[in-house]
Amino acid sequence: MKRATRVRLASDAALAVVAAAFLLPLLWLVLSSLDAEADLRVRLPSSPTTENFQAVLTDEITFTPMLNSLLLCGSATLLTVACAALAAYPLSRYRSRFSRPYLLTILFTTCLPITAIMVPVYGLFVQVNLVDTMYGTSLFLATSQLPFSIWLMKNFMDGVPTVLEEAAWTDGASMLQTLTRIVLPLMGPGMTVVMIYTFIQLWGNFFVPFMLLLSPDQLPASVSIFTFFGNYGSVIYGQLAAFSILYSTPVLLLYILISRRLGGGFALGGAVKG
Amino acid sequence: MSTVSTASGPVSKGGPAVPAGGGKGDDGRGVRKARPLRWLPLAPATVLLLLFLAGPIGYCVWIAFTNTQLTGSSTSDFVGLDNFRRAFADDNFRNAVWLTLVFTFVSSIVGQNTIGLALAGLMRTASRPVRTATGAVVIAAWVLPEIVAAFLLYAFFRREGTLNAILDWLHLPSQNWLFTLPILAVSFANVWRGTAFSMLIYSAALSEIPKEITEAAEVDGANGVRRLWFITLPMIRRSIGTNLMLNTLSTLSVFGLIWAMTRGGPGNRSQTLPVFMYDQAFLKSLIGYGTAVALLLLLVGALFSIVYVRLLKVEV
Repeated sequence: MKRATRVRLASDAALAVVAAAFLLPLLWLVLSSLDAEADLRVRLPSSPTTENFQAVLTDEITFTPMLNSLLLCGSATLLTVACAALAAYPLSRYRSRFSRPYLLTILFTTCLPITAIMVPVYGLFVQVNLVDTMYGTSLFLATSQLPFSIWLMKNFMDGVPTVLEEAAWTDGASMLQTLTRIVLPLMGPGMTVVMIYTFIQLWGNFFVPFMLLLSPDQLPASVSIFTFFGNYGSVIYGQLAAFSILYSTPVLLLYILISRRLGGGFALGGAVKG
Repeated sequence: MSTVSTASGPVSKGGPAVPAGGGKGDDGRGVRKARPLRWLPLAPATVLLLLFLAGPIGYCVWIAFTNTQLTGSSTSDFVGLDNFRRAFADDNFRNAVWLTLVFTFVSSIVGQNTIGLALAGLMRTASRPVRTATGAVVIAAWVLPEIVAAFLLYAFFRREGTLNAILDWLHLPSQNWLFTLPILAVSFANVWRGTAFSMLIYSAALSEIPKEITEAAEVDGANGVRRLWFITLPMIRRSIGTNLMLNTLSTLSVFGLIWAMTRGGPGNRSQTLPVFMYDQAFLKSLIGYGTAVALLLLLVGALFSIVYVRLLKVEV
């Protein structure tokens, strides 16, 4: 056997072992969702059924929480992207003494553990009566993603040439017109990445709505899944798996969308390596 | 390599990107007359950041020095460093610090980092279908929402779960992992969830090592281990630094995963700092004390962030 073939086979075998270890929990998710008598072990359902899905597709379990998630994360995403696009424009186009400290502060903030400030945020929200309100939670969610969105957006905007803008300025276009008619359309893919990335992050966020929202009818799916099924006493595991799949599908699809769209090394992971 | 090198997606660490191009030395920009009004678009973002981020941080610093409680409505006195003295004398706090260190070391520094690097390296020599399938599975584990990942790993580690089924099948002793080794169980859960990020970073880094260098070393007779130690690792050292920093920062603030899997238990045996903070502030109603712990966590995070920003040496 040639040496290259040996190396390839060894790599394949090693990868297959790791992949199998990563796959087992996912396999449980899929198989249990189709098994009416699912327990905690991975095994093929004796008679595959959609019973679990039918059982969880009710207003109380699925539709209300998913709609709440959509409202909460959708509004927060729009707010974040709008603020980030506005903020990125002067940061990308103009030089000033304070743009560098501003950007470094933004970069610094992207790394702060948001978890740590949830206790004071809760305290503040109680004092200004924002606790248990969707818009208050949405505002905080938007802010938590804002530093990274500004950073990303600024970098994408740096890649847009200024020639067209200069022409627009000469023709007397205002800054807002230049931004919305020329710069943003040119950075469509970048905007999409920022938007989808923000949405995925917010959709999976558990701690923030867990702390700031109290009434059951306002809880997003990330928290409702925990409160419905979190009391491990008498869980119907098949239904838990079915609901988990329903809740995870949107972000999986969105991820595939941006990973297809981008291709190549131009993206977060590649860009982040410093 | 297509699924893997498309490294976008939910970077759980919120890692910032380095400018892909442009943005530096662009003398053509900013030549227009200086007008303060043109910085107006910064206002909405700045207001939000001040209100909801700087505000709470300032409030955090203040509350940490008081004895605020959830129940006592008007009792909120300045107590100086009492909360911190109390923390350092508190066995539960020291336990939480220790568990946080174990959790960070096992899951982020050893687990995610090493497995991520190994996967990225193996993928370079593996055949295409295996590479694609592995990438898809590992990334799927990363894209899934935190709470779903927690349920999946809970099911995996339970007494009647899959891990014990496999151990039984291999005739190895099985046990109740969430009871005997809860901190290891949640650490492995974090490895399962977070490895994709390291894998993506290292895939990108390894693909940038020029082939000639590796080949030259091979011709000179360097074996695999020596090539890894003397060529590969030095060449990707900046990626290693960035990755370790971002992994550590995100691992420090893991809450949902641990809370859903063990609630910090049994007892306090998987109670890392975020869980301890939540427990003190809300379940024990000691907002002041819980905030003091939060402030310490924030300081550690800030310290790592500063190192990270310095490490990136960004030109902005």
